[in-house]
This record gives sequence, structure tokens and C-alpha cells, in this order.
Amino acid sequence: MTNIISINTPLSDSVVEKLKIGDKVKISGILYTARDAAHKRLASLAEQGKELPFDIKNQIIYYVGPSPAPPGMPIGSCGPTTSYRMDKYTPLLLSLGLKATIGKGNRSEEVLEAMKKYKAVYFVATGGAAALLAQSVKKAEIVAYEDLGTEAIRKLEVENFPVIVANDIHGNDLYKEGIVTYSKTSLSHRSKTA
Amino acid sequence: MDTPIRINAAEISETVSQLCQDANFNLGSDVVKALALAHEKEESPVAKEILSELLENAKIARKNTMPLCQDTGVAVVFVEMGQNVEIIGGCIYDAINAGVHKGYKKGFLRKSIVADPLGRTNTNDNTPAIIHTEFVAENHLKITFMAKGGGCENMSKIAMLTPADGREGLIHFVVETVAHAMANPCPPIIVGVGMGGTFDYAALLAKKSLLRPVGSENKNPDTAQLEKELLDKINNLGIGAQGLGGRITALAVHVESHPCHIASLPVAVNIDCHSHRVKTAILGSK
Repeated sequence: MTNIISINTPLSDSVVEKLKIGDKVKISGILYTARDAAHKRLASLAEQGKELPFDIKNQIIYYVGPSPAPPGMPIGSCGPTTSYRMDKYTPLLLSLGLKATIGKGNRSEEVLEAMKKYKAVYFVATGGAAALLAQSVKKAEIVAYEDLGTEAIRKLEVENFPVIVANDIHGNDLYKEGIVTYSKTSLSHRSKTA
Repeated sequence: MDTPIRINAAEISETVSQLCQDANFNLGSDVVKALALAHEKEESPVAKEILSELLENAKIARKNTMPLCQDTGVAVVFVEMGQNVEIIGGCIYDAINAGVHKGYKKGFLRKSIVADPLGRTNTNDNTPAIIHTEFVAENHLKITFMAKGGGCENMSKIAMLTPADGREGLIHFVVETVAHAMANPCPPIIVGVGMGGTFDYAALLAKKSLLRPVGSENKNPDTAQLEKELLDKINNLGIGAQGLGGRITALAVHVESHPCHIASLPVAVNIDCHSHRVKTAILGSK
């Protein structure tokens, strides 16, 4: 593993350009949460040319539906959800200036192409390390779609939120490279998205 | 005939509530052991680090009574009911659902159930539970709770193979299912396989196989051998922890078998993530 790179949000092109697959990154600043239901609403607004409930330019979206915050905590457990379900909406959001997404699992060819085109990266956080990841969240507030409960859009203030770069702006893919290195089989049925 | 054993519905509710919380906060010692062994064996530095994060996560969850994973699952409840057991003070299904309602609220667990698959309005208390009931000769009521995550459930599959496909066809289907799932079910996974029975029963067997302690062998030596072979082939895929490449893709493969029709070879693969949350309680045992 390479050294740890610390970055702050919002993300500029110059920061994003330097990130390479396999880099360990610690993010401080703001993450916006959104998963299936919120994406459906965001995409619907964007398609109609309407304003989104938050300024998406140079921001990061984290695919998560946290568990409820216990007393005295800003948030409950909050690990990533599987990203492919958001693939349908991601190119549109990237075209509006979204600079990075955080989730788990590999992305579709369309998303990979859009990341190259709009200079955006895809980070993975460890799925199921949700109690551990919650320790990096200092504040959380709902900014839209409260009716969606866990799926509402939240603004998270994070410190040193640990992720790995899975896709960089140069079209490299850590999933493809990692598996090729350790595969001992000729079985080749590996779809891009499940 | 033995005298009936009476169990109060309220006791069932309280037990289910405790199980929901225990399962979501405290990773079983079998899973911790399997993760530690995977960490020891793993060659990929990235995967090794992920495995150490998962072991650390289990410690934090236990200490802070925080859910291991934000997806605290659909509540799957297996009930073994002794034929001499009598439930008093309410219906057993209502009692179980009341327990899920209470446990998910009290434990600050996420409510992940929508009332209608297409309407998608949240029921806000994680009910209804999926309940499987079985009658047994023992004089007890055994309740096993499983918090089943959505990501790994989505990667599960069933196939109606033909008798001609045989053992080889079965192995191919199981390994392909895991290969296709890649990182999505949160590897290292536990792979539950149900073979035989009918379309529905194979799926139930696959889920039931996940209740066995992680890494335990099937009692039938041929089936145990099949489990070993499947585990080797799955780990040779190179998917690794979180799909970023590595030697350990699955912590275990459990296979359960049942007689089937002369025309059929049903095979179901039910995948569980490393956040494998299963807890059991026995009531009314003398």
C-alpha cells in the first residue's frame, strides 16, 4: 500500500488529478449522503433542469443509509452501500460537477467513461466496517427528503474518513487489477455490474 | 404424551428483541475466528488491511453497542417448535414481530423494510419478519434470529439444473454465482448452498445452511468434500476482501441436501456477507 493522502472538500481538479488507484486517502470536510431513493429524486430534478437541494459542484456523494443515531452520537453506524444501484444516475450527476462518489463494489462502463470525461474519482470505503467509519463523522444534518428516513440526504462533517481510490480519472480500475493479480482460475464470467 | 410446556408470548417477544440487538452488536466467535484466520492467510496487503479493519470494527461495535453494519438487515427468524409446546397469551407470529419492533427501536437499528416492493413505503419498525417454522420432537422452542443484509441477498441465485448437469454442473453454477457477485455481497462471504428438494425448498435449505457455525462441516462426508472443493474454487477466483483482489473470497461454504424429483436438480446459492449475524435462544427446555 502507498502512503496516506489527506484531502479536504470541496475537491479541486488539481487534487483529483493526482489521485491514483490503490491510494489510501483520508477525507476531511463535507460528504453528502444519498442512496437509491434520493438518487431517483435528484436525477428527476436534474433532468428537468431544476435546482438540486444542495450545490453539487466539486462535492462528494457518499452512498450510505446510516442506522439511527444513539443518544449523544451524531450518527449511527454508517458503512457504504453497494454502488452499482446508483450507476444509472451517476453520469448525470457527474456532468453537473460532482467530483467523487464513495461506495463499495465496481461501477458500470458508463460510469467509468463519465469519470474520465468529467475528471471524477470513485472511492471505496470498507463495506461492513460501519461502527469504525462512524467514528470519523463529527456532525450530521438532514438537508433534504426527510421523509425518506435513512435514505434522506444528509450533510456529514467528517475528519480523516478512510477510503481507497478504486477508479481514477485516467480510467484505471483497482477491481480489475486486484483480481487479476490473485486469480488462479480461468473462469471468466466476471460481469462489470451484477 | 408429555405434559405440554407452556411458553408465554411476551417471553417470546422479549427474547426476539434481545436477539435482534445481540446479533447486530456482537459478532459471533465463529465469525471472528474465521476473519482472524483469513487475516493470517491473506497475501494481498490491501485485503489484509481490510480484514484487520473488520476485526477492529467488531471490537468497536461490541464496546459501543453500535451495529456492526448500518444495514441491520431483514429479520429472518427460524422457529423450531416442540410438538408439546403450547404458546399462551398471544399468537407466535405476532409475538415475534412485536419482538422485532421492540429490538430495532431499542437498539437504534436501521429500519430497512418497505411495505410494498413497488410502492416502497418504509414500515418504520423493520417488520414484518420472515418467519420459518418447523415442528420438532424436542420439548423446547428454539428461536434463531438472522439479520440478513440486502447487498448479499441481492447476489443470491437459484437454478433448476438437470440430473445430467450433476455434480460438475452444480459446482459450476455456485462458483459462477460468486464470480458474478464480485465485490457486491461484501466479501469475505459465507456461501450457503441448498441442493435438491423443490424450487422453494432449495432456497430455504440454502438459507438454513447459513445458520450452521461458520466453517462447520456437513455430517455427510461426500457433502463435506463438496463444501471443501467449492471453497477452494471460490477462493481461487482472486476476488478477495471487498473485491479488491486477494486469496480469501469466502470464509466458508455450507451445503445442505434434500431428496428431489427424478427430473430435477434444484440448486440455490444464498450469500451472506462477513457481517454474519446469527443468534439463537432456547425457551422452555427442561
